Amino acid sequence: MARSSVITQPLSRRRLLKGGAALGIGSAAALGLRPAWADPWGQTNVYAKGVEEGPEVALAIRRESLEIDGQAARPYTINGESPGPMIRLKEGQDAVLRVTNLLDEPTSIHWHGLILPPDQDGVPGVSFAGIAPGETFTYRFPVRQNGTYWYHSHSGLQEQLGHAGPLIIDAAEREPFRYDREHVLLLTDWTFEDPMAVFRNLKTAEGYYNFQERTIGDFFADVREKGFAATAEMRGMWAKMRMSSRDIADVTGSTYTYLLNGHSPEENWTALFKAGERIRLRVINGSAMSYFDVRIPGLKMTVVAADGQPVQPVPVDEFRIGVAETYDVLVAPEDDTAYTIFAESMDRSGYARATLAPREGMAAEIPERRRIADRGMEAMGAHGMDHSSMSDSDMEGMDHSNMSGDDREGMDHSEMDHGGSMARESAKTRGNGMLAAGEAQPGSRYDQAGIGIDPNARRTLVYRDLKAFTPWPDRREPGRELELHLTGNMERYMWSFDGKTFSEVTGPIHFEKDERLRLILVNDTMMEHPIHLHGMWMELENGQGELIPRKHTLNIKPGERVSALITADAEGSWAFHCHLLYHMDAGMFRVVKVA
Amino acid sequence: MNTRIPMIAAGALLATLPLSVALAEDGYDAPADWPAPMAKHNMAMALFDRLEYAVPDKGHEELVWDFQAWYGGDINRVYLKSEGENVQGDGEDAEFESLELLYSRLIADFWELQGGIGYQGGVFSDDHAERGYGVIGLQGVMPYGIETDLAFQVSDEGDVSASFEGEYDLRLTQRLYLQPRTEIAVAASEAEAFGVGEGLNSVRVGMRLGYEVTRRLAPYVGAYWQKQYGDTADIARHHGDPTEDTGIVAGARLMF
Repeated sequence: MARSSVITQPLSRRRLLKGGAALGIGSAAALGLRPAWADPWGQTNVYAKGVEEGPEVALAIRRESLEIDGQAARPYTINGESPGPMIRLKEGQDAVLRVTNLLDEPTSIHWHGLILPPDQDGVPGVSFAGIAPGETFTYRFPVRQNGTYWYHSHSGLQEQLGHAGPLIIDAAEREPFRYDREHVLLLTDWTFEDPMAVFRNLKTAEGYYNFQERTIGDFFADVREKGFAATAEMRGMWAKMRMSSRDIADVTGSTYTYLLNGHSPEENWTALFKAGERIRLRVINGSAMSYFDVRIPGLKMTVVAADGQPVQPVPVDEFRIGVAETYDVLVAPEDDTAYTIFAESMDRSGYARATLAPREGMAAEIPERRRIADRGMEAMGAHGMDHSSMSDSDMEGMDHSNMSGDDREGMDHSEMDHGGSMARESAKTRGNGMLAAGEAQPGSRYDQAGIGIDPNARRTLVYRDLKAFTPWPDRREPGRELELHLTGNMERYMWSFDGKTFSEVTGPIHFEKDERLRLILVNDTMMEHPIHLHGMWMELENGQGELIPRKHTLNIKPGERVSALITADAEGSWAFHCHLLYHMDAGMFRVVKVA
Repeated sequence: MNTRIPMIAAGALLATLPLSVALAEDGYDAPADWPAPMAKHNMAMALFDRLEYAVPDKGHEELVWDFQAWYGGDINRVYLKSEGENVQGDGEDAEFESLELLYSRLIADFWELQGGIGYQGGVFSDDHAERGYGVIGLQGVMPYGIETDLAFQVSDEGDVSASFEGEYDLRLTQRLYLQPRTEIAVAASEAEAFGVGEGLNSVRVGMRLGYEVTRRLAPYVGAYWQKQYGDTADIARHHGDPTEDTGIVAGARLMF
């Protein structure tokens, strides 16, 4: 296929969509077609053009019938597509984004990861009133950053049904890496259920979607492997806590179809390349609830950006992407052959898949899914670190000293090193007792990818690997520390900060204008939480000193203590929440007020 | 601040580590016509934990139900609970062993304190002796995952009694489960019309094998053994009823 012919195709289609959107139509033309930005040939530096190209973009939000994975569905659509079109802006532009609500309910769009004025952030009730049915809201903000981001509804549970899309900002200056072609890979989790029904199932029946619970068979298998005493002790501990060590994902492949660029694994969306090219993959986790482990068997991936911000290159075989995170990776396939892009859900209940191939219609082997892991002692880490508020009976059974080396085998060893890292990280405190900027907190596990990852199986990205190119502008030490605990009650599906759901708190979290503070997040729950701060970067103190990376979303593992430096330069009110959609809706949400 | 004390108390109970940084008390300056960023949801749920046909060795065949439904938020809920049976072929109407309307409050991560009013008697007729009672109970999950319902009743005649129910789901496969359960009833005073003697009344132990066709529908089969003790057994003997019996059941667990 000649390159010229395949490149002109998306251009004409884009014009069609743009014209359609301007007229307030545009959905009919797109019915049944793949999202326009998911063009098989992606983009090259030569033809660096997008689908809904800025600075002026019109977006129409509808609810309409579209097929998803070959079945009838009614997703939210943006200019007739679900997930929505890619918005392509350029650093230095003044973006004008007109969003028209053609639904019979209010809606909104939040520009995830963008630094912008507080009234342009798109969170109903925090930044603005929301967009009423029939209304058009015009977002205007200066684009002063570049990289891979995304956008999504911040109204109710709309995001679950495809109300999201990629947002790419081209750099004004040359980026610290080069590539010949790029593809956007947007991961989402689709359900044919009503999201409110999903939420009700979670609220009224614990473990509703988990069909990988431990059974009596697992018990006997463990007894054979580790002996009766060790197995009984471990199981007894979990049973005593009334928790499931298999509670890795609340909503699973039992209802979700995992989509890559809107396509199911069977549909096998294909990204094309020519052998010898260097390809930039902009990977966005636009899921409501699903973490993914992404790999391309046969290809080394070089991570070059995290959450849109450049990082020093890290060659990996696999990376875990939390909900709302983005990673940019470079791959350089030498052979004229197909490769599977494999994104396995963290609980192993399903996967999203696409193919990277030199021609359409090719497929490579799909790897076998790993078995679901059992959470081990690490999930209790934070509990073990603050004994004060735990009763003795709760603490029994969590005493790490009870565990012999043998007990630890069989458990997820990748998570087991936190005793060691605690000791290593106890150094470098300043006069006021606070750690120096950039130092990792005791209780952090930045050298672990997380549950279900065997560090010996392949090279997997960990937070410790992320290293900025140059120090971020604010070099001040933090003036104070703000500690927030991530709390929850799995039985009732209550999720909160410091034990209080959003409806229970009295006021916002206060940041003083222009202060430099350290936010410490302690995960007291047994689940991962991707914590997202709107309006300001969080500089993740992963032990890289001056070169700590900055992110908009931090994955906090169970029992982990994570810290980030924040420059509170964005006056106004901002949302701060867990980006697991149903956790947020259950109350894991706060307002941060910078004044 | 005073009105917030109950809320704070509940929050403190729920938080495993209620280490809260001091925050200013003013709200953020959102205009009054803006919506709340996060809505608060009330939920409702109804469950027939047991809806079964029992075939005892000695006594009469029965249709038995054990039902509960709730409506409310995370902390405060209203419960409707009922247990009862319709003895087959005795020409009498079905009987509510209990029909209770309860207010329920989450007092610890796994425990709800419940209190309200109850009724015992015929469903549609006055075939059965009737009484009203007040009830206070504790419902929740014990360590090791034992689902528990402990309740104290004081009848309109001043009779005091208590009941305990415990059940446990042992997962054989992802859908097949084995559920041992037990019920123990005691009373502080005799209420002969209801077959209740003083002291330990009865113990019932059962085992059910269920299959979750969906999370909301699980047909099961099972067996039970029950025995009455002391005065209660005497009352049963007096009526010519067996004091110890075994039986088999078939039914379904239904969730709505």
